[in-house]
Amino acid sequence: MAKYLKKSDLAGFIGSLAGQYQVLGPVEKDGRVVFAPAGAADLKLDFQNSHTSPKDLFFPQSERMFQFTLDPNKEGAFVLQDVDLAPAPRLVFGMRPCDAAAFFVLDRVFKNDQFTDPYWQVKRDATVIIGLGCNQPCPTCFCPSVGYGPFHEDGLDAIATDLGDGFLIKPLTEKGQKALAGAKGLTDPEGKMDEKAAAIAAAAQESIKSEVPTRNIYTRTVMELFNAPHWDRVFESCLNCGTCTYVCPTCHCFDIQDEVTSAKDGDRVRNWDTCMSWLFTIHGTGHNPRPGKKERVRQRFMHKFKYIPMKRGGLIGCVGCGRCVNLCPVNIDVRDVVRDMNA
Amino acid sequence: MHNPYKPYPVRVDKILVETEDKNLRTFKFVFLNPEDEQAFAYTPGQFAELSVPGVGEIPIGIASSPTEKGFVLFTVNKVGAVTTFMHNMKEGDIMGIRGPLGNSYPMKDLEGKNLVIIAGGFAVTTLRSTITWMLDPAHRDKYGRITFIYGARTPGMLLYREEWSAWQKRDDIDAIITVDREFPGWDGRVGFVPTVTEQVAPSPDNTAALVCGPPIMIKFTQPVLEKLGFSEDQIIMSLENRMKCGIGICGRCNVGPEYVCKDGPVFTLAQLNRMPKEY
Ligand SMILES: Cc1cc2nc3c(=O)[nH]c(=O)nc-3n(C[C@H](O)[C@H](O)[C@H](O)COP(=O)(O)OP(=O)(O)OC[C@H]3O[C@@H](n4cnc5c(N)ncnc54)[C@H](O)[C@@H]3O)c2cc1C
Ligand code: SF4
Ligand code: SF4
Ligand code: FES
Repeated sequence: MAKYLKKSDLAGFIGSLAGQYQVLGPVEKDGRVVFAPAGAADLKLDFQNSHTSPKDLFFPQSERMFQFTLDPNKEGAFVLQDVDLAPAPRLVFGMRPCDAAAFFVLDRVFKNDQFTDPYWQVKRDATVIIGLGCNQPCPTCFCPSVGYGPFHEDGLDAIATDLGDGFLIKPLTEKGQKALAGAKGLTDPEGKMDEKAAAIAAAAQESIKSEVPTRNIYTRTVMELFNAPHWDRVFESCLNCGTCTYVCPTCHCFDIQDEVTSAKDGDRVRNWDTCMSWLFTIHGTGHNPRPGKKERVRQRFMHKFKYIPMKRGGLIGCVGCGRCVNLCPVNIDVRDVVRDMNA
Repeated sequence: MHNPYKPYPVRVDKILVETEDKNLRTFKFVFLNPEDEQAFAYTPGQFAELSVPGVGEIPIGIASSPTEKGFVLFTVNKVGAVTTFMHNMKEGDIMGIRGPLGNSYPMKDLEGKNLVIIAGGFAVTTLRSTITWMLDPAHRDKYGRITFIYGARTPGMLLYREEWSAWQKRDDIDAIITVDREFPGWDGRVGFVPTVTEQVAPSPDNTAALVCGPPIMIKFTQPVLEKLGFSEDQIIMSLENRMKCGIGICGRCNVGPEYVCKDGPVFTLAQLNRMPKEY
């Protein structure tokens, strides 16, 4: 059952949660909105979306996997030792539904039919996410075209709708229910709050004007799409700078490196990587299966719009957040690329 | 929670220089914890990540057969950072292996069939595993005729001399070893692998071909097999791509929708013909 939170009670609400969780939310830092630990006063809830995606909450840009010592006189030399993986319980307030949906997709990447990535999983398990629906989506958003939406619920434990003076918060999972049950400041909704929230959601969905057809992509074969002539054009202006992969909530490729931190000790770490780099695929022999910009640009779009849906029951690997559209220095627009793939 | 990134610690028990240019060495590893050997239960065609703390990890095919107990073998070509470091390691050194990873040759589906196994250069590693496994008394009856064609540039570049010499003396496998050109002291066969294949390959009836080698050998062997009547489902190959996680997560090794590390490395030619040539 949904609960109502008056904006004037936000401080009490966040304060009561802070007793059980580390609370994180959208805050402004150097003029940009990012997700970080926050008290009620820090929260910036009238944001459109964060500059970069909050994927680093579950998949840090650089993360220690193991530690080791190369000192033969120490016990366990040359044997990788576990590091502590799980954060204390966390609660994120105000994540956008597109980002939560991205992590719903990534749950299916970091846990496949054989292997579970423990670094991702323990952080997911330790985190409750209360989403905030988008009353006013940005002009670059196209979430409905790819099967998500401004009030999409997958990946969220509860969803809040901003009704003006307060939020209507609907629990979606047991985890969400539990968090809300222990929070102060919530009251039962009055009057027609449910209807009002539904009308806001419908209007938001309606306001998204970018329509990107994808249907034909799923009926075409991999080779038909791969060999389509439009790739000869799309890649030309790309700088392979990797900005798109850096800001994207579903881009998840990583590298694993050993870093020797002192004379004899070190860490095995993983770092975000980008398929836009020629180093990503080059073999030790010098052979490179994706030697040029064309192959690398094609890989990014094929992965999101063809390979992920093929392997993950139709889920599209782009949630339509529009970040790459806004931030690409040469204005490569994923919506145009998808239109070409679908044409 | 089980951590699939964590290697089993192993000791380098023996290092064998395989080739005259000394660029290929076979490492025999013994697990530091005997119970890890049980956990590392593999089938022919699989690979592992060899993990050298402080240097990195590399995917290498498992050259030993599950029927060989007490150790695992890997043959490593010296090309870059990790492989060069390994070539300078000594017996007794400690490192890690993580796996087994990937699918394997379809040993179950191949039962009842004849096999022609075609290898060039050092891509013969997982085929050593496969042949050793099939020749084991517990498995040999399950397969028909086995023809092994293996070639290298020079006699000194052939791996596993001891093994193939022994196979040449057996009557339950035809081991045809060839070098690219005449060489003093070599009284074996001379000729390129594709040419030799054309001369000695069995009929395609109820036969599967396992092909591993450098791209140039594959390129010229494939049409020979097609000419002999092998269909694209009867030709089985193993791919290599740059890897990191080895478990289908890090996104590095994909060829189209398939991850070479998890959905492969073994694919039929029929599958490969539906995939981009990004390998
Ligand atoms: C399934 C599989 C089986 C293989 N089996 C063998 C084998 O039995 N014997 C053998 O000698 N080699 C094999 N290789 C190739 C071997 O993995 C590379 O030669 C090795 O990774 C090069 O590492 P490096 O650090 O010396 O080279 P660098 O050029 O310094 O490479 C840096 C990193 O790039 C990656 N990398 C570079 N080249 C390759 C490559 N071709 N394949 C995968 N990752 C690469 C590795 O992560 C490596 O640590 C196999 C590759 C795969 C994918
Ligand atoms: S942000 Fe634009 S220029 Fe940079 S790699 Fe992505 S598509 Fe290319
Ligand atoms: S591809 Fe672009 S629009 Fe799609 S999820 Fe990634 S950053 Fe957002
Ligand atoms: S090596 Fe990570 S997905 Fe294959």
